[in-house]
Order: sequence, then C-alpha cells, then structure tokens
Amino acid sequence: MSSIAVPARSRRNTLATTLGFVRRHLLTAYSILFFAYLLLPIAVVILFSFNHPIGKFNYTWQGFTWDNWRYWDGVPGIRSSIVLSLQIALLASIVATALGTLIALALVRYGFRGRGTTNILIFLPLSTPEIVLGASLLTLFLNLNVVFGFWTILIAHIMFCISFAVVTVKARLVGFDRHLEEAAMDLGANEWTTFRKVTLPLSAPAILAALLLCFAISIDDFVVTYFNSGNKVTFPLFVWGAARIGAPPQVNVIGTAIFVIAITVMLANVLVQMRRAKRVS
Amino acid sequence: MAVEERIQQSLERAAEPSGTPDVRLDRVTKKFDDVVAVDDLSLEIPRGSFFALLGPSGCGKTTTLRMIGGFEEPTAGAIYLGEREVSGTPPYKRDVNTVFQSYALFPHLSIFENVAFGLRRKGTRGGILKGKVEEMLDLVQLSGYGKRKPRQLSGGQQQRVALARALVNSPRVLLLDEPLGALDLKLRKEMQLFIKRLQHDVGITFIHVTHDQEEAMTMADRIAVMNQGRIEQLGTPDELYELPQTAFVAGFLGISNLLRGTVAGPDAVRLGDGTTIRVRTGSLAGHTGDVAVGIRPEKIRPDEQDPNALPGVVRERAYIGVSTQYIVETRNGNVTVVVLNDRSGTVPHSPGDHLTLSWDPEATFVVDPMEEAE
Repeated sequence: MSSIAVPARSRRNTLATTLGFVRRHLLTAYSILFFAYLLLPIAVVILFSFNHPIGKFNYTWQGFTWDNWRYWDGVPGIRSSIVLSLQIALLASIVATALGTLIALALVRYGFRGRGTTNILIFLPLSTPEIVLGASLLTLFLNLNVVFGFWTILIAHIMFCISFAVVTVKARLVGFDRHLEEAAMDLGANEWTTFRKVTLPLSAPAILAALLLCFAISIDDFVVTYFNSGNKVTFPLFVWGAARIGAPPQVNVIGTAIFVIAITVMLANVLVQMRRAKRVS
Repeated sequence: MAVEERIQQSLERAAEPSGTPDVRLDRVTKKFDDVVAVDDLSLEIPRGSFFALLGPSGCGKTTTLRMIGGFEEPTAGAIYLGEREVSGTPPYKRDVNTVFQSYALFPHLSIFENVAFGLRRKGTRGGILKGKVEEMLDLVQLSGYGKRKPRQLSGGQQQRVALARALVNSPRVLLLDEPLGALDLKLRKEMQLFIKRLQHDVGITFIHVTHDQEEAMTMADRIAVMNQGRIEQLGTPDELYELPQTAFVAGFLGISNLLRGTVAGPDAVRLGDGTTIRVRTGSLAGHTGDVAVGIRPEKIRPDEQDPNALPGVVRERAYIGVSTQYIVETRNGNVTVVVLNDRSGTVPHSPGDHLTLSWDPEATFVVDPMEEAE
C-alpha cells in the first residue's frame, strides 16, 4: 500500500543500497562462514570435554562438569597410550629431522649421481596413500620376522616423517646464498666450523619447523601405526578403540589439551616474530 | 691448524725477496665436464698492484678468481701465492680473502661479528679483536654501525662491510668478484674511487673481476682482458685503449672503428674501396695480407685536412652533452665520430650532410680482422 506511494526512483535507490550492502559485506559473510566451518567441529570437541554424559555415549549435552579434566586419566589405558604417543613422536621427530636435514643439505649443496632420483623418491612417501605405506611396511616386517611393538612403530613414523623434514629444510636452504659458506671458509673457518657457525644457525628456523611438523604428524598418525603396532596402543589407536564402545569425554579432554598447546605455541611464535620485526624497523 | 698455517704464511711473505709476484698462475686450465672455462692461462700479479680481470660473461674471469681463492681446483697447471704452491689447499688455509658479488654477509651476525669472523678464527680475542674491528669499520666509514644487522644497512654500506670483513685479516691478496654489480650508477662511481683509495692506503694486492671496462679502467693499474678462457691482452689502461692488439680488445674497451683492408707497403693500407691510408709508423710489423685499421671515434675530425681522409654522409646524430656522436656512412662501412662540444656556436652537422673525415696516422692501430666482422 505504501509502496505505491513511494516514487519509482526512491525504490530503485533502496534496491541499489541493498545491493551495495550485500556487495560490501559478501566477503565478510563468506569469511565468517568459512571459519565457522573450520572451527565448529573443534568447538564441539572442546565443549563436550566438559559434558557430563549419562551412559557410554558422549554425544548429547547432559550438563557441565570439571570431572573429565580433573580425572583426565580416569579411563584405563589412556595414560599409557598418551605416554607411548609422546615417546614415539619425540623420538621420531628428532631422528627424522636430523636425517632429513642432512639429506636436504646433500640435495641442495652437492651435485651427485642420482640426485634427481633421490628428489623424486623423497616425494614418494608424501604422495603415497598412508594405507599403502602401512600395509607395505607390515608385509616387510612380517617377512623380516620382526617383533611388532615400540620399535616397529618408531621406524614407521621416522620413515614417513623424513620426507616432510627434507622438504621443509630444503626450502630454506635453496633460499640462502651459498656464497655464505664460501665466505666463512674464505675467512678461515674449516668445514666443521662453517657448518656450526653459518649453516646451522641459518637453517635453525627451518629445522625447528621440521621438528614441530614431524611431531604433529607423528602424534596423530593412525593408519600406518595401526598396521605396525602389534599389541602396543598409541593415543590415536586408543581413541579408535574407545570410539567403538563409546568414547569417554577424556578423549575430548586430551584433544582439547593438544589443541590448546598447539595454539599457544603458534601465538608465541607470532608474538616473537612481531617483536623481532619491530626491533628491525 | 689453520691458524698456524696462516701465521706460517705471513712469515713466509715477509721473508720473500722483493719482486716475487703475489700471485702466479702457471699454465692453468679449468674444465667443467667438457667445457673449457680457463684455457692454459699464465699470469703474474705483482705485489701491491690493483689488477683487473676484464671480460664478457663466460670468459673465465670469475673461474680464475675462484681458483685463486680456493673455491675451484685447476684441472691442470699450478697456482702460487708468493713462492708457495697452493693447488689442493682449501680456502681456509690460503692467505687470500674475497669480497663476493652478493657480499655474502652473515645475516645472523651483527656487523661487528661479521668483521670479527676471520680474526676469531685466528684466535684473536678481547681488546685486540675489538680494536682491530673498530679500526677497520672506521676505515670504511662505518664506525658506530657495529651493533646492526646486515639487512639494516644499504647496499653501499653492506659492500663496505664486505670489504672490511676481508681486509681486517690483512691478506696477501684481496679478491673482488664484481663487487659493484649490485649498486646503482652513482654509488658505483663513488665506490670505484673509494676502493681505489682504499687499495692505495692499505697497500694490499687487489684482484678485481669485472665486465665493465670503464670500471676496470678507472680502478686498476693493470688489466688483463680475457676472452674464451684466455688472456687477449695485458697492460695498463691507456696501453689497452690506445694500442689494442686484437679486434676483440679494441671492441671491448670503448668504441672503435675498424676499417678492413690489405697491407699496401710500409705504413700503408689499401681499404676495400681502393683508398690508401697511412697508419702509425711500424704498426704493420708482423702483419701481411688482410688487416683491420682501428681509429677511436674521438680521434676522427670532420672537415679537417689530416693526412688520412675519407668522404662520407652523416646518417645519425646524437647529442650527449659533453660531446656529439655521429654515425657517418662511408664506402668502407659506418664510422662513429665523436666531436667534443667545447666551443659554443659551432653548427652541428645534420643527417644527410656530406663531409670528409680525417685523422692523424699516429692515432691508428692495426689488428687482425675478426673472423666474422659485422
């Protein structure tokens, strides 16, 4: 009724304003949706770590409690699985990063027969489906009559972590001036001193990144571990086992804890970078 | 080990008879797979000189420098630093230091620590170290910059840090690998004079690799012009410019007009069109048959009656401030002429003008014609 009274031009203006509003906020809306999509599952995990479930299933909200956090290891087997996962992740990331750094150095610094092939082989584990890796390794271990357990898990984890370490460190080494090492030698540093005083400090950020990446990949690996663990249970295996009979809220607690630790490390890193940038300028 | 080695070397340096060249290359050849980078090169670089290796990219000049520094090993031949043969000796046991094209300053170390790097390797510590580093930073006009990191410095400042870092070790020889390549023109000119003065002050032998003929001529006492792994000519800048011995040297250093002809008697050459011109007395010695007569553009005068004359038509004119450059078409090819604008009021020649070019026979040089002269 009133729309009839509104002159045509004004109506067109309203339309234009609305369209303009949509256009201006489209990106914002899209971004909000995108982050919601990414973060909602995590939010649910965190929320349900405070749930007080009735019965076996932690799927519906029953009420708030601190109990799950207070008794985080109240479920049989959860503690030992976490300890095992941490041990494996720590050892695997250290060994894989050390080996990966050396491989990266060789690939970037020295021209040797088979360098191209090695480069391709390094990418193979990254592109092979994990299930194939796990199954192949199982076959290998079976044929070698190896006893499955801690060491087979560790070997498997080091194997798939090395490629990530190589790729991470290599990216850094490719970017830095190789004359730097020549300059060090020119100034009287022998090979070892050059490595200690120049190569290593300059690759340190990449080595640290490789270490963290390997740790993160190792600690949540399920597929490869499942094939090669024997009767040992890592945390992901524990969660999988528990999920079949109803995962306890403690699983959410550990998940949340890992998430919080990761976020804290990341934020600390960002802060350090920002402070460093400020000091430079 | 390396420390004792270096101390030993400086003792040797002091005991050498004067006149021993600081660097001597004896029939050095370097091959990369099948590519010959340096071809049977022999060279002596006298103590205290500012020596330039000049040539186009790929001529082997940087490879030669890297062999002296110890970063490449010769395929054949021997390299001497003073009286000591250094083939097979790693860079850290050689009494030379290098200024890299990229400067190669250690980005994780302060300017002070960059300069102190070599001294620390020799075991210098405490007050002596601090004194030497600060004295050197002062010499390159960077005192007070010690605490900064390389990336906080401008290109020219970084370049001076690279010089300080090398010179603080008082090496027998300082190697400079295209040290000014990354700087803009104005700064490059400043640094050329700065480095030349620095060399004069410290008295260390400098070997400077460059593809920039003007830079080499500005800075060096002696220049070796390299081409395809060999030395084309070695001499002082004015020798190379005034009396180039090959068409390559004539073309690489400045502009030169090369007129092709055949020997037609003592000090006379008949050009392609039949004109006979006179050349500098004695410059045809050793030449027979086909030759090329070279004249520098600034030595040719338009419309003046020097003994040698060649008629032509102006094709192009370019005003360059201090001078005017003409391209004149003659029956023996295009000739570049440069006329100094030192008198106001002279009417410039225009494209299409007919004129006669003339020059003094003493201003010519004779070289073998290039295989495929353009």
